[in-house]
Amino acid sequence: MRIEGVKVTSEMAVSDEKEFAMDNEVISASEDEEFSDDERKHNKLLQAISSLGGKRRKNQNERSEASLQVSEFFVSAEGAGDKVGLSDLLGTVEKTTGATKTKKQLRNLQNRKETLELPLNKEQAEKIQRSVAYEKTTKEVTDWQSIIVQNQKAEQMVFPLNQEPSGPKRVEQVVAGWKAETPLEQEVFRLLHMNRQPVHDPVLTPVEEASLKAMSLEEATIRRAELQKARALHSYYEAKAKREKKIKSKKYHRILKKAKRKEFVKQFEERMETDPTGALEELKKMGMSRMTERMSLKHQNSGKWAKSKAIMAKYDDSARKAMQEQLQINKDLTQKIVTISDDEHETPEESETVPDFVNDVEPITDHLNPWMRSRLPQEEPEISCVTPDKPQTSEEEEEERDEEEELLADFQRKRALRQIEDDDLIPTAAEKQKVTCEVSREEVVGEVTVEISDSDENESEEEEEEDVSHFNTLFKLMSSEKTHEGPAPTPDQQEDEEQLDEGQIRVRNMEDLEVLEEVSDPRPGKVAAQSMPQPTASDPLAKKSKREINLSDVLTKEAKTIKVALTPTVVDDEEHEEQISIIKEAFAGDDVISDFLIDKRKQEEAGRPKVVDLTLPGWGEWGGMGVKTSLRKRKRFRKKMAPAPSRQDQKLPDVIISEKRNSSIATHQVSHLPFPFQNPTQFESCIRTPIGQTWNTQTAVKKMTMPKVVTTVGAIIEPLVKEDYIKHKSTKPTGKGPAILLNDRRGAKDGKPSDKNKGRDSHKRRRNKP
Amino acid sequence: MKVKVLCRNPDDYVRETTRDIQRVPRNYDPKLHPFEVPREYTRALNATKLERVFAKPFVASLDGHRDGISCIAKHAKSLSTVLSGACDGEVKVWNLPRRECVRTIQAHEGFVRGICSRFCGTSFFTVGDDKTIKQWNMEPPGYGVQEEPINTILGKAVVTGVDHHQREAMFATCGQTVDIYDEQRSSPIRSFSWGVDSFSCVRYNPVETDLLASCASDRSVVLYDMRESTPLRKVVMQLRSNTLCWNPMEAYYFTCSNEDSNLYTYDMRYLKCPVTVHVDHVSAVLDVDYSPTGREFVSASFDKTIRIFPKDKGRSREVYHTKRMQHVICVKWSADNKYVLSGSDEMNIRLWKANASEKLGVMSSREKTAANYNKKLMEKFQHHPQVKRIARHRHVPRDVLKQKRQQTEMKEARRRKEQNVRKHSKPGSVPLVPEKEKHVVAVVE
Repeated sequence: MRIEGVKVTSEMAVSDEKEFAMDNEVISASEDEEFSDDERKHNKLLQAISSLGGKRRKNQNERSEASLQVSEFFVSAEGAGDKVGLSDLLGTVEKTTGATKTKKQLRNLQNRKETLELPLNKEQAEKIQRSVAYEKTTKEVTDWQSIIVQNQKAEQMVFPLNQEPSGPKRVEQVVAGWKAETPLEQEVFRLLHMNRQPVHDPVLTPVEEASLKAMSLEEATIRRAELQKARALHSYYEAKAKREKKIKSKKYHRILKKAKRKEFVKQFEERMETDPTGALEELKKMGMSRMTERMSLKHQNSGKWAKSKAIMAKYDDSARKAMQEQLQINKDLTQKIVTISDDEHETPEESETVPDFVNDVEPITDHLNPWMRSRLPQEEPEISCVTPDKPQTSEEEEEERDEEEELLADFQRKRALRQIEDDDLIPTAAEKQKVTCEVSREEVVGEVTVEISDSDENESEEEEEEDVSHFNTLFKLMSSEKTHEGPAPTPDQQEDEEQLDEGQIRVRNMEDLEVLEEVSDPRPGKVAAQSMPQPTASDPLAKKSKREINLSDVLTKEAKTIKVALTPTVVDDEEHEEQISIIKEAFAGDDVISDFLIDKRKQEEAGRPKVVDLTLPGWGEWGGMGVKTSLRKRKRFRKKMAPAPSRQDQKLPDVIISEKRNSSIATHQVSHLPFPFQNPTQFESCIRTPIGQTWNTQTAVKKMTMPKVVTTVGAIIEPLVKEDYIKHKSTKPTGKGPAILLNDRRGAKDGKPSDKNKGRDSHKRRRNKP
Repeated sequence: MKVKVLCRNPDDYVRETTRDIQRVPRNYDPKLHPFEVPREYTRALNATKLERVFAKPFVASLDGHRDGISCIAKHAKSLSTVLSGACDGEVKVWNLPRRECVRTIQAHEGFVRGICSRFCGTSFFTVGDDKTIKQWNMEPPGYGVQEEPINTILGKAVVTGVDHHQREAMFATCGQTVDIYDEQRSSPIRSFSWGVDSFSCVRYNPVETDLLASCASDRSVVLYDMRESTPLRKVVMQLRSNTLCWNPMEAYYFTCSNEDSNLYTYDMRYLKCPVTVHVDHVSAVLDVDYSPTGREFVSASFDKTIRIFPKDKGRSREVYHTKRMQHVICVKWSADNKYVLSGSDEMNIRLWKANASEKLGVMSSREKTAANYNKKLMEKFQHHPQVKRIARHRHVPRDVLKQKRQQTEMKEARRRKEQNVRKHSKPGSVPLVPEKEKHVVAVVE
């Protein structure tokens, strides 16, 4: 409609103009001014007339359209009013060569008879536009998700988020618009400028800045790592050199020398081929050394030491040998070098050697130390002692290897031996256990102790028990005494009882058990009696304790290190006895332990479910005085309750754990599991970890009590800025017009469902997370 | 050669000054410090009690307006400046540290409906019942010079709200339509409308700065994108939303305060149901504002209380009220996350601490450590009934208490009825609708 309107007006304008042009043709130029005057008058008149009408007609021609027809020279374009059709434009295409494809397409289009679809009505169109826009915005906003989640999970957030780095600032950063004004200032700045010094008072000169730029953090770290490595290598090398220097073994040095010599010869030969002059120099050097040897009296047996040796040489074979050696060295050195022989030459330094054993690994003093033990397979004095009469082979390497094999074989043998011994021990212990069980069934206390010992063998570590173990042992000792005071046992029974008591102390494996048999004997009077009936058991132990220094014993995997602890426990025993006696004295009158046991049994009884009798007398049959309910009925209405869960103290003989709910504590206890926790143990562990300074180090406390949000006093916290967080700006620059047009809705719609699903899924995930 | 020696550094045992505490070598062997849980529990309990003892949130009251406060605005760059508009058309500029009014402008005839500061803090905009939008200079005029707005725009209809863009010279107003104005022009550059309704509030998203949201009188919340020609989407709720506020740290979350005494936090991507429903008020919620950290928000209600909610919790953590405070019309959270400002019907602006028991002055490092430890302890033992009881206890006005009881009873009755209906009808015919979904009527595309 609107377009048509415009067309009409433009047509009118065209006709007007034509008229105007005709007028112009008629009126001459001289009359021009007059005409304009007339026109003005005419217009005035018209205005006056129109104003008389009262209702002012609106001037419709306010808005003027830009059109082709307006021409300065009144040259009207031909056919300007006509519409330009597509066919007009495309007419030339047919004539041009090439572009056959386009031509074909055009022809196809022309032949098509289909009509275009009607445009959607306004509501629907807008709806689509809205939904597309919403999808787009949603997608854009979703970019924040990772940042938001990250912030939510952050242990600590410090606001304001983009804090300026502390440190020195430039003047122009602090004071805006400062300028050098006074002549002095200007002079100074001129000077600075000339010398390429910082003019505006930056902290760094350009050179410094450039150097800073050149040095990146990564490079620095790499460089540092390299330096570190170099230093470490250096230190290794140093240590190695030191160690080698310390080695006083003749043999070692001999081998080293030989290797060196070989190396040298090789090099020399190589040099002969490649660099004859260098080789010649070398030869000269050798000649020089020979000359010096010849001139000096070093190996001539003329020194103090040689003289003393010469005196001794008469009687001592070794002294004579040493002198001989010296002479030999002299001879070797003064010999003219033609080719370097492979014989064993001894340099003067080597003459002052130290006996071989110094070179060896120092004997192990602390066999408890696993590190020391690990070094054992190397050469050792004891090994050499073990294998002194082995025939020494001529070649050193072979000999060494032989020694090692020997050693290994020895270990094997010894280990096997030990295992046999252990196997022997185990059945005896088991037997003892069996006997104790049989005996203890007769007595209540005994039974309990057996249970305990059994369970202890099976159980892994339990902290609580360790805590109460002290009391446990005490209690056990006392109870055992008590049982002894009661029915007088036969001697062999007595013996068994003792072993039971020892079971009270935590035992994890058989070896522990063996050790503890000796350790915890409460009664001083029984020690002698105990040692008497157990000579067989104590013998191997004694042997072992002797063998502790023995190499083979130390080398086996299961080193009986615990046995060392024998001595202090004996002291403990004495303490026990003392305490026992004190307690005895204190509770001389009353029988605490039996009271306790009775008490416990009562508690257990009370906790057991009872049979509930639900019979109603007189229901369904006669009732009254003297009438009994029938047996059938009583049987039917007696209800057995389900057995109660086992008591916590079932396996703890000397503890009563009350499982009743304590109302005074209950007010302070959490009744149900709070939200983020999955199970009670999680919650308990959370509560159990202390966070205070009493239990933790300063830094740990600081870390644990770190507040989640930290704000600075007096600082404005600005909202997030998108540019700081989302780098890629996918959105187009803000166009003032609608960014989405209807014609691209199809593509958007196609992409829609998948996007939606994705978004929803992620949303769900996010909400499940916390 | 390396020589290893025992070394004792005096720094380890000598204190820096005599006023410092003595260094005590500590043995952290747990056996020496038994009963850690009971001891910490006691400490937590004490901390909770002390926290309640020291909870004195009220800081100051700013009086001077001669009618109810209708709107408050924060200064964009200055923490100590606050602007407020009253129902008699007066705008006052307050200095918070001095607690006095520094400037008074008769800005409009009738209500001042909305007020907002420009992002640079040099000027502010007010809208009023006289259909005008006025821009004022933040600097007061010289002595004897009359207060004149920098710019006045005459609108066609009453403008009920205004908000300024975060970084560009553009602002949005709402009335019968939501209009986006360029500061340089007198006519809106864009105008959104969707059906015939009037809007009560419009807010720019502070993070995604081209997004807007508005509350309409047809019980809906409408989302816009400034770059688009049409609104994006709207969600219609059971009752009308009064105001809304975007989360300044999380781009797609916003919270709206509703007439049904609840607040709803929405994710703008999933409008079908709110993320969280915040219940605790007993009467219509009139205003809401997020803390600048985006972790909490404060709401003002017709029931004469202010409540502070964690953004992801359904229940409030704090309620503020005084005897003299009437219906709270508007509320703002200060930009340093320390204070809350509330303007109420009885012509007063009140300044509250955001954390009721927080110490305001400078704290020494030891004080800070202790405070942190106490806070952590309370957090750790928050589920223990005694701690919870003390920490959650608040005194509320009698009216609120009564209404609360009444509402719980009503709610219970409704629940019971629904249960009964479900029991006596065909299985599946009365579906279980979660509380969150109950309040949304429709999402209109």
